[in-house]
Amino acid sequence: MSVLSLCKITKSFGGNAILKGVSLEAQGGEFIALVGPSGCGKSTLLRIVAGLDHAEGGEIVIGGRAVSAVAAADRNVAMVFQSYALYPHLTAGQNIAVPLAMRRLTTPQRLPFIGNLMPGQRQIRADIQRQVKEMAGSLKIDHLLDRKPGQMSGGQRQRVALARAMVRSPSVFLMDEPLSNLDANLRVHARGEIVELHRRAGVPTLYVTHDQSEALSMADRVAVMIGGNLLQLASPQEIYDDPAHIEVARFLGQPRINVMETRMDASGTVRFGALTLAADGVRSSETPVLIGVRPEFVHLSVRADGILRARVERTEFLGSEVIVHARLDGIGEAIVAKVGPAEAATLVAGMPVSVDIEPDRAMLFAVTGERLRAKTVAVASAREKARG
Amino acid sequence: MASVATDMPMAAADRREGRIAWLLAAPAITLLFLFILLPTLAVVVLGFTDFELGYGGFRFVGFENYAELVSDRTFRRSLWNTAVYTAIVTPVSIVLALAIAMLIEAETRAKAFFRTVYFLPVASLLVAMATVWQFLFHPTIGPINTFLTQLGIAGPNWLGASGTVLYGLSIIGIWQSVGFNMVLFLAGLTAIPRELYAAAEVDGAKSWFDRFRLVTWPMLGPTTLFVTTISIINSVKVFETVKTLTEGGPNKASEVLLFTIYQEGFVYLRVGYASAMTVIFLAILVVLMFLQYRVLDRKVLYA
Amino acid sequence: MTAHSLSLGRILRFTLLSLGALIFLAPYIFMISTAGKAQSEIFSSSLSLIPEHWSYVENFTKALSRVSMPTLLLNGVIVCAMIFLVQVVVAIPCAYAMAKLKFRAARFMMVLVMLGLLVPIHATALPLYVAFDRLAVLNSYTALVAPFSISVFAIFLFLQFFRAIPDDLIHAARLDGMSEVGIVARVVVPNAWPAITAFAIFSVVAHWNDLFWPLIVVTNQDYATPPLGLLSFRAAEAGDDYGALMAATLIITLPLVAAFLLAQKRFVEGITMTGLKG
Repeated sequence: MSVLSLCKITKSFGGNAILKGVSLEAQGGEFIALVGPSGCGKSTLLRIVAGLDHAEGGEIVIGGRAVSAVAAADRNVAMVFQSYALYPHLTAGQNIAVPLAMRRLTTPQRLPFIGNLMPGQRQIRADIQRQVKEMAGSLKIDHLLDRKPGQMSGGQRQRVALARAMVRSPSVFLMDEPLSNLDANLRVHARGEIVELHRRAGVPTLYVTHDQSEALSMADRVAVMIGGNLLQLASPQEIYDDPAHIEVARFLGQPRINVMETRMDASGTVRFGALTLAADGVRSSETPVLIGVRPEFVHLSVRADGILRARVERTEFLGSEVIVHARLDGIGEAIVAKVGPAEAATLVAGMPVSVDIEPDRAMLFAVTGERLRAKTVAVASAREKARG
Repeated sequence: MASVATDMPMAAADRREGRIAWLLAAPAITLLFLFILLPTLAVVVLGFTDFELGYGGFRFVGFENYAELVSDRTFRRSLWNTAVYTAIVTPVSIVLALAIAMLIEAETRAKAFFRTVYFLPVASLLVAMATVWQFLFHPTIGPINTFLTQLGIAGPNWLGASGTVLYGLSIIGIWQSVGFNMVLFLAGLTAIPRELYAAAEVDGAKSWFDRFRLVTWPMLGPTTLFVTTISIINSVKVFETVKTLTEGGPNKASEVLLFTIYQEGFVYLRVGYASAMTVIFLAILVVLMFLQYRVLDRKVLYA
Repeated sequence: MTAHSLSLGRILRFTLLSLGALIFLAPYIFMISTAGKAQSEIFSSSLSLIPEHWSYVENFTKALSRVSMPTLLLNGVIVCAMIFLVQVVVAIPCAYAMAKLKFRAARFMMVLVMLGLLVPIHATALPLYVAFDRLAVLNSYTALVAPFSISVFAIFLFLQFFRAIPDDLIHAARLDGMSEVGIVARVVVPNAWPAITAFAIFSVVAHWNDLFWPLIVVTNQDYATPPLGLLSFRAAEAGDDYGALMAATLIITLPLVAAFLLAQKRFVEGITMTGLKG
């Protein structure tokens, strides 16, 4: 059963459509990363789920309850903000206690001075204190409880923000780029921690990030949003290996996927150099299509039997691998290959090379971006020609 | 809250937020209308009437009050005196404040001490300090004239002679306002990046004055403009010293705008006539603010 | 060479500043000195600062007996405190609504605020006086406080300050379950102390020193504020008993000056902040 379900959420700002009908379902305990370039609407979607923004259309259901008309405070969602949004005038301990106090203490009980005289509040306050301590203990921030946000490092603040979000066992967890204000080393370390906390809490989490490696490494499923549309929601592996849309393929992967334009005839056959692919379904006429190959499936060699010829333009040495930029002869399009140092050792700028593509890794997309399923028909012709 | 329609959650939520906003702003809006907008409108309306407090009715007299103002010698005197007072106090207090601010800024020690001393008059009760100044200005027993006598100069009857009373009041005005302007200049000076002075020096601005012309003065532009406007407005509003020390005298030599309005409106209770004066006073303030915006606009455009 | 001219410059600078400081302090010096002199010594018009016969007790007794200083100071404190409290309580929610809520009237309010900044009490005094007279509330704390209950300047200042508070903080508070009033009281106000202190100083200095409005609405000495009290003391003393006059002046100037000397950094910051943004 889905714990969180979004159905056809739409939203626009001043005539600009920000969300164009986004639907998404999260199962209990699932970690979903919302990833996309800035301005794709992912943060807006998160704020709509939180109740901080309001959708123009669509339905949000949390734990079986339609919450579109429920105020943020009553949705029982917790959020970790990019800036952490800790109350600067409260200590870490007081910050963590706020959501508990707001829910458990009545308004008169929360009043300064007078509140302390109200019956029954002592027990509740002690209870809150105990819970704050427990939470702090599990996040290893016990020693920070008396400090104010201004006296903490970025990493410490981030933990306090996490603790404040987790302490009241929400039904949905929302995180808006919680790691983007940390330095690179800490960020990688914190990824593992957040995943671990998520496992322990067992609450569905929506995690917004623009960092693809964060999304791929942390999430159970990744939702790629581009231009207000959710283009694909699938496991990291599937998103990477089997993108449903050219923009998804382009957004994920470093360096970016090679995309080259070619044509497909009426029978659905695509020829790209010596490579022949066949798309499912039949078209009425010849249409332009895009062929995409990730750089790690492109191989360059000095041998003369590849599917295409190219000339090396420059190489980037990255240690364990080398990025080679080359330009295809004839078509003049750039192609990027990610190769091992040994393979790259022989390549220098200006050198003519032969290009090979792992045939079952080539993907076809319509010019509008949708994926066209295809199977390899033949590769060997050029190689055979060279041999023959 | 429970009645929020589910089909239009956004509009409902916005309406709710708007309603809270109205509630939060309602006291301010009410009081603003009650104590600022309505009275201002009332002053304009009263300016066209012959209303006098203590008499029952009033009638609209059109521009009669304004016509009377033009020929009212006291009012003309009062406008002129206010202008003279402003023309003395504003430039002197600005130049002095800037000089003191720059001296203090350059000073390494005792910065805080000097700042405190020059600022002290701002925090002092003006009516009280005016009384002290009256003693200082006393023609026979006042320390100023005693000092001048020792130098062999016959001191004037500062606040008692129509020729010197405005100067006396101006000195008090300057003494009182320099500290305020100074802290504004100090804030402006600390905001100038140190690198600019270094760059000016590298570029050959050797003397103190060159650096002042190249960096300090232009960078202080907005501060100076602001200080000028606020100084002029405060000078136009001079009242306390006049009321305390001279009551407009001797022989109307220190009649200033607010004092005349006060006399007409609250002593003689000629509310209609005093309202017309108030409208002139307001118009002066509006023109001053407008001029400030114009200058600011130009600076922004051609900077 | 450079070091020499530098030190010469420093000496010159220091001398100028000290000389100026002496002139600025002169009124205070003479006030303190004269408050301790007997009438005869004052009229001998000598420049000596130390009184020959210490008449402080005599002068202060005179000052305190002729006018009720405690009443004046208490009135000053009550009026300033009430004005400040009401101003803050009215202005902060309004500024919050304008800065952080979807408030359609925010623009219109901004226009009102800008207009309001132009209109000093001197311009609205006549109709307010007439109205207060009709309502028979002259000679009361209400009359002294009411016209200042709305400070457009406070709205303006807090608006600037609230705009700088991150939206995320407000959103976090909403998610944590706070109402809008709760957010103002528990999140916005605790984080707006610099602006509130600055405004407190601005407001108290302005209203402690104000003579114009109290002069208009108060004729009963029971409600006189310090400036008004001093004015009537002068009138009663016919102005020539300078010893007692200076003693009274000293008593009345002291509270605010003492407050300033104790918290001068805050004072200067406050005035600078309110000044630059006003």
